[in-house]
Order: sequence, then structure tokens, then C-alpha cells
Amino acid sequence: MRYLPLTNEDREDMRRVIGLENVNQLFSNVPNSVSLDPTFNLPNHKTEMEVGRILSGIANKNMNSNQVPFFLGAGAYKHHIPATVDHIIQRSEFLTSYTPYQPEISQGTLQYLFEFQTQVSLMTGMDVSNASMYDGSTSSAEAVSMAKRITKRNKVVISPTLHPQYAEVIKTLISADEDSIDYKFSENLDFSSLISKIDEDVSCVVVQNPDFFGSCHSLEELADHIHSKGALLIVVVNEVISLGMMKSPGDMGADIVACEGQSLGNPLNFGGPYIGLMSTKDKYVRQLPGRIVGETNDMSGEKGFVLTLATREQHIRREKATSNICTNSGLCSLAFTIHLSLLGERGFKKLSKLNHEAAIKFYDKLKNLEGFKVRNKSFFNEFTLELPISAAIFVEKMAGKGVLAGVPVSRLANQDDSFSNLLLVASSEINSDSDREDFIKLAKEVCYE
Amino acid sequence: MNSNRGLDHDEKLLFEVGDVNRTGVDLSEPENLSQMLGDSFSDSEIGLAGLSEPETVRHYVRLSRKNYSIDAGLYPLGSCTMKHNPRLNEKMARLEGFSEIHPLQPISTCQGALELIDLISSWLKELTGMAAVTMTPKAGAQGELCGMMAIKQALLNKNESHRKIVLVPDSAHGTNPATAAFLGFEVKTIKSNREGLIDFDDFKKNIDKNFAGVMITNPNTCGLFETDIVKISELTHKSGGYLYCDGANFNAVVGKLKPGDLGIDAMHINLHKTFSTPHGGGGPGSGPVVFSERLEKFCPTPLVENDKGEYDLIESLDGKGLSNSFGRLNVFHGQMGMFVRAMSYMLSHGADGLRQVSEDAVLNANYLRASLNDRLTPAFEGYCMHEILFSDDFLKDTGVETLDFAKAMIDEGYHPMTIYFPLVIHGALLVEPTETESKQSLDHFISTLRDLVDRLKEDSDSFKAAPVFTPIRRLDETQAARKPILRWKEEPLIAV
Repeated sequence: MRYLPLTNEDREDMRRVIGLENVNQLFSNVPNSVSLDPTFNLPNHKTEMEVGRILSGIANKNMNSNQVPFFLGAGAYKHHIPATVDHIIQRSEFLTSYTPYQPEISQGTLQYLFEFQTQVSLMTGMDVSNASMYDGSTSSAEAVSMAKRITKRNKVVISPTLHPQYAEVIKTLISADEDSIDYKFSENLDFSSLISKIDEDVSCVVVQNPDFFGSCHSLEELADHIHSKGALLIVVVNEVISLGMMKSPGDMGADIVACEGQSLGNPLNFGGPYIGLMSTKDKYVRQLPGRIVGETNDMSGEKGFVLTLATREQHIRREKATSNICTNSGLCSLAFTIHLSLLGERGFKKLSKLNHEAAIKFYDKLKNLEGFKVRNKSFFNEFTLELPISAAIFVEKMAGKGVLAGVPVSRLANQDDSFSNLLLVASSEINSDSDREDFIKLAKEVCYE
Repeated sequence: MNSNRGLDHDEKLLFEVGDVNRTGVDLSEPENLSQMLGDSFSDSEIGLAGLSEPETVRHYVRLSRKNYSIDAGLYPLGSCTMKHNPRLNEKMARLEGFSEIHPLQPISTCQGALELIDLISSWLKELTGMAAVTMTPKAGAQGELCGMMAIKQALLNKNESHRKIVLVPDSAHGTNPATAAFLGFEVKTIKSNREGLIDFDDFKKNIDKNFAGVMITNPNTCGLFETDIVKISELTHKSGGYLYCDGANFNAVVGKLKPGDLGIDAMHINLHKTFSTPHGGGGPGSGPVVFSERLEKFCPTPLVENDKGEYDLIESLDGKGLSNSFGRLNVFHGQMGMFVRAMSYMLSHGADGLRQVSEDAVLNANYLRASLNDRLTPAFEGYCMHEILFSDDFLKDTGVETLDFAKAMIDEGYHPMTIYFPLVIHGALLVEPTETESKQSLDHFISTLRDLVDRLKEDSDSFKAAPVFTPIRRLDETQAARKPILRWKEEPLIAV
């Protein structure tokens, strides 16, 4: 077996040193009622070549986004990732190291995480960030949990245009009782109705921006109302590339920001692994969950980095910890930070603009297409298209013609019929004019022929 | 001033080497179309530093050289399972048919992805002998949460929500009590006995009408198999509770026995431990959970279903088989990239190889134990499983503490073992060699530790000063926590 270095002679020598006749003596604490070495209905070991064939065979059954014009978003976005990113994250020292518990031999990880925290703070317009969470949805749930700790209030108001699966995650992870969470999925985000729901038991209001349907919002006034009632504003960002052209959540008055950071450095991966970002104001830092890296000095006065504020965490506080999170998304945060370092301010803003313009070009083509209607007044790189037929049927037919056309809203809305003709379509720098032309041409065929 | 030392380059922060005008990507020029963002548009400066491509490569390569890694040497962190990460697994995860597919593309276009999830699910069920599995948890801690939520839901379903007490041994990972408390359970600690195992009498004594269940790590964090586990599961079930097993140490028994035979109700499996997906400096992990029949129907959404060779994904909470589900743990369907790596590992080993994995892991640990027990002090009598726990008795009267000993190992070229955990042993040192170390590698490690112990009496100062051969010396963690500096900031200009 190629991954096991011990030879049979080694094993025999080692058994002799230990004083064993057979290896099963080491398992003597296993109760007699439990059978050792049971039969498994599984094949035996395979060569590298055989494994490669099996897995490639399975992979080839999927239609991948590099093969066809591609317009899916809804919380996971396809962008070009520079080759440098994947090269660096595969370096042994990053790929095969553990959480940086021994700072003297982990400065590589600790320094990039410190840089990552700086980048996340800057792009979200907040004071501090942690070293990442699992993904945007768990970040959002942790943000709600944090707001409840800070305000010592129980209720949560969620904007109707939050990603429905994010709302499900918040409900699952946070709610002790269903009534404490106010969420009804809908296309209409009406600030005055949100404001009317805030009473003295409400800990926070959760707003996604750009929202699930792609619309963009200015949140300053909403934030003022929320703050005047002693609650916190949590802003959720699904597409971080939008932060290159939009006012930052911090500038708009957010108290906690939760993002999905996959768009930078991380491929689609059928939904994971991704990377949750989480940032907040200085005054709330001791309520922030997850790993945090801080700067300090060594015994000879040199600057260095360590994991810090560990008194919030499970391995110290046990049942009194701010969260049970242990592992984060280390390598995904490395991919994120390398991609963003390559872009820099200029590249990031340009990329943001290219994404927005790709969507505008698509919008311009679609708005004159008979029977189709774009529902948005504003958007960044994704909008909601009303189709003349069911969106679920539309995407299957388009896929049959070689276009991955978008995400039917009904798929995420528990098949609610009122959304059946709505399709979310995302654009990015990967989309060419010919992709858009293919979409238009085939969409007409699919709907009218 | 040049502060480089040989191969170790002083590398300044990204924000000190880069600036807002530099970039390492070539993008086409925008056409300056009029924006559609409404009043949320902004073009103010963010402050993101950029680097050209060569500068980027150099920055991160220099940083990487300040890290220890399993590829470079033995990494004996107990309870963390730092084993070799086969590169085939990386290659497989990067097949475009896996990495370049969207979680919400039409079901007919991702049959291979669902087949892969179904395949790894069936392997995990067979290896554990359990009835069901959910693949969505994103790490071990989220797996724990998942298992305990299923238990909470099962109690609710039986109208037994008054059962609030979860028993957790004092040797447990911190995530166990944190998870139970997060869900509103009341955590009660049960004692370990002198053999490092759960004190069955103390366990029994703590069961009352409010008993919800018990969380047990097996093999436990002392590196020992909980020999009373079947008795515990029987009493747990008789008392109306559930047995959660923390599967962090599944690598010690994989292919050797089926945890289902122990009577457990839920167990998470860290794919990044047992099935060697890379730790990546702290994630991403993956923590699927296997369930007994008693908990199966409470598992979270989504589910993969196979109907006559056609795969389907049941996502909505009112979908088939999900009417009793406790809900959704995260967006989409779990850590696909990790599933592919773990599947590649499992196929490579097969049933025979996996059994050899646990046997060699346990053999290696016991070889270390037998070769070190006259220098270090094993915390417990008898054989250990895949890891060996030492107390700090051997440091008595030397003035050297566990932390100093660990730091001295760094100067000898080793990553230290896990220290000060589990909490039940004073100055604990927990060593897990894993099965991917050769005898030669273990012998070198053994002689290094023996030499260090022999040096304790005559040269305790060098332990206190260690490490010295590292890019940086011991860091002041108190200062970091008292005056937190958690990001780079431009130095304010001081008016002269």
C-alpha cells in the first residue's frame, strides 16, 4: 500500500519491542461483544491509475461551467482565478500545516491571516475581522447569535430578500422558538415595514445587499432607525466583488458584516468548501466568534503574530464559549487573500466594473426581448428575469441545448408556485458577447418553439 | 537594515510591500457604461494593497517558508491526526467535473456530483455500520452540532424536551461542552477514573429524569478505548437518552471495527483526520455525521436519493424523507471538494488498506510508548490506541515545564505534540505519530526525545530560551490579548 511506510519486517521488530505476539492485543480494550476485523462489503485497495479512472469517470458525468455559456449565481459565482493562486495554496507549508498553535513555526499562516483580516476589514468598511468562518450562511447565523449576545435581546428580523437557504440556516442554528425569527421570503424589500417590526425585544435586522434578487440598496436611513431602537444592523454580502463599486456596509451603518468570500480565489466546487467572512466594530471584538490573529513582539522585541483573544473560544471556555467553531476555512482564506493581493485596489475595482458591465450588456439585450422582463430597478452583476414559461423547465431545456442559464427562484423557495417564472441570472467577467447571444437565441427557441 | 537570516527572509506585510497602484492581473478595459447601482454606488478608495505577479509569488513563498508542515517532518499533534496528504487527492478534487460545477445547476447536469456523494455516503455507512449519514456539516464541530441537534429534535418529537442534561467527560474536546451549551442543553461533567476511562459509577450517578444523552469520544482523548462503551450505551438507551460519539479518533479503529456495534446513535467523522484531506493551516474541514435508525429521520436537509439509477437532490424542508428534519446547517450541499479527496483516499486504501491504517497507527503509537516510557511518564498503564498521553512527571524538579519542553523540540526540528490537553492530566503531552511515519522516522524522533530528557538536568536554561533556530522567538501572548492589534493600519502622520 503506497501510503504506508512500514514493512512487515518493521512491524515484526516493533511488535517485539512492545512485547506483542499479535497486533490485536493492542485492541484488547474493545468489548468482547464487538467483533474485531468484521467483513466490509467494500473493495480492496486500488492503484493510482485505477482511482484516477473511477473518479474521472464520475466527474465526466457532470456538465462543467468551463464547457458552456454559464449564468448561475444565487450565492456562488464563477470568476477567473489567476493561476498563481492555485500554485501557492498547494505549497506544502500551507497545504499540510495545522492551525497555527505554535507561532514560532507558523508565522507564514499567521501573517497571511493578519493581512486577510486587514483586507476584509477594509473592503467591508469595518474595524476588525476574524480569520474566517465556514461560509456565508454560517457567518450570517453566527452574526445573529453575536447580536443576541451583545443586545441581550431575543428576536430577529430578517429582510424578505435574504437568500432563503441563509434564512433556513439562521432559523436552524439560532432559534430556540420559531416565533423569535421574523422572515417571509418575498421579492419586495420595504424598509418601512422592516422598521415597523423593530420593538425592544429585537436584537438585529438582517439585510442582504445586493439582495437575493440582485437589487442594490442604500442602507443609511434604515441603519439610523435600527440604531435608534437599540438594535444592530447585520449586512450580508453574497457577492464580494460588488464591494468594488458599492458603498461599503460599514459606510452604510452596519454593525456586523457577514459575507460569502468564494468569489475571490475559490472555485465553485458544487457548493463547498467556501469561505465565510465576518467583520465588526472594535467595541464588539470580544463577542466575535472564531479564530483571530493579533500582532505582538517576541522575547527579543521582534514583531510577530499569534492567535489571540482565545478566552472567547471553546478550547478555553468550553460550555461558556462564544461559539463551538474550531476549524475555519484556512486554505480558502489563503486563496482569497492571494487573489485580492494580485488584484490590488485597481484590479479589484476594475473587476467589479467588468462584472457590472457584463450584467448591463446582458440587461440591454434582454429588455427588448418579447415576453421577457427584467424585474430589477438596480443590480450589480445579477438580476431577476421573468420568463414566459416555468424557470425550472427553462433551465432544463437550456441545459439540453448547452447553456447553463440561471437559477430558478422556485428551487430555493420550496417550490412556491408564485415564483415559478422567475429566473436569477448572473454575469461576470467570464461572459463574452457570444455567450449572451447564445442565451438570447436559445431562450427564444426554448420558449416559443 | 537587512534582517534576513540565510534562507529565512524577513518579509514585510502586504500593505508595506504593496500599494494601491500596483496590480498583478491584466483585465480588459471597462467601457464606462452608465451604472445601474442606484444610490449605493461608490468610487471612494478602499485601501487595498496590490502586488505584481512576481512580487505576489515571492511574498507568499517567503511566508510559506516560515511554516512547519507534515510534508517536511513528523507532526505529532495528538488528536489532530497529521498524516500524509496524498497528492492524487488534490488532483482528483481539481477535475473540472468536480471543481467547476455550480451547486444549483439543473439536477440532470450534475448526476456525477450526486453519484460521488452517494458513493462516499455508502462507504461511510459501511465502515461505521450505521443506518444513515448526512454529508453537509462543514467541520467536526459542525458535525457535533448536527448530531446533537438530531438528538434535540428526537426528544422534541417524543415530547421529552424536559430532558436537558448532557453528560460530558472531563477529558472531552472543548467543542463538546460548547456544542451542547450552544443548543441550550445543561452540561454536566463526568469524571475520568484512574485508568483514564469514564468512571461508570459516576456516569450512572448522574442519570436522572432530565438525562438527554452523553457525548463520548472513543477512542478518548487520553488515547484509550472506552472499554465500558457498550455498558454505557445500554444504560443510556434504557434511561431514555442518546449516545453521541465524537469521532475525531475514528482513525484508530477504521476498518478494524464498526462503531455501530458499540450502540452509538450519532457520530461525526472528520474527513480531514481519518481520511486525510489536508488541514490547510486550519481548514477547510468536513464533518459528515452517521446516525442510528433511532435518529435517522431527524437528519438535516439536503438528501441525495437514487431512484433506479437517476439521482435526485431533496432540498426543500417539506421534501420526501425530511418531514422530521431538524433543518438546514448551511447553504448548498456540503464540502464537495473534501468529499472527492476523501473518496480518492478511501478507494486507494480499500477495506484491506484501511484496516492496515488503523493497525499501523496504533502500532506506531505503542512503539513510541515502549521506547519512551523509561524517559517520559505515560499517564496511564497498558497499551494505548493511536496516540500516547504523557504527564509532566518526568519534568519534576527540573524547572522545565511542558511548554519549555515543547519549544525545545522545535529547535530539534520537530513540531511539538499537543500540550496541556486533555485537561485531566497535569502538563499533558499528547503524541500521535500516525501510520504514515516510517520506523526510521520514529526511531529518530525517539532518540531526539530521549536526548532532550537527558539534557533536562544539566541544561534547563536552554529549554527556557527555546526556540532559537526559528524565524521568531517566543511571542508575548499576554501583550497580544491585552492590547489587541488585529489589522494593519497606516501610521498616522505626526505633525512636526
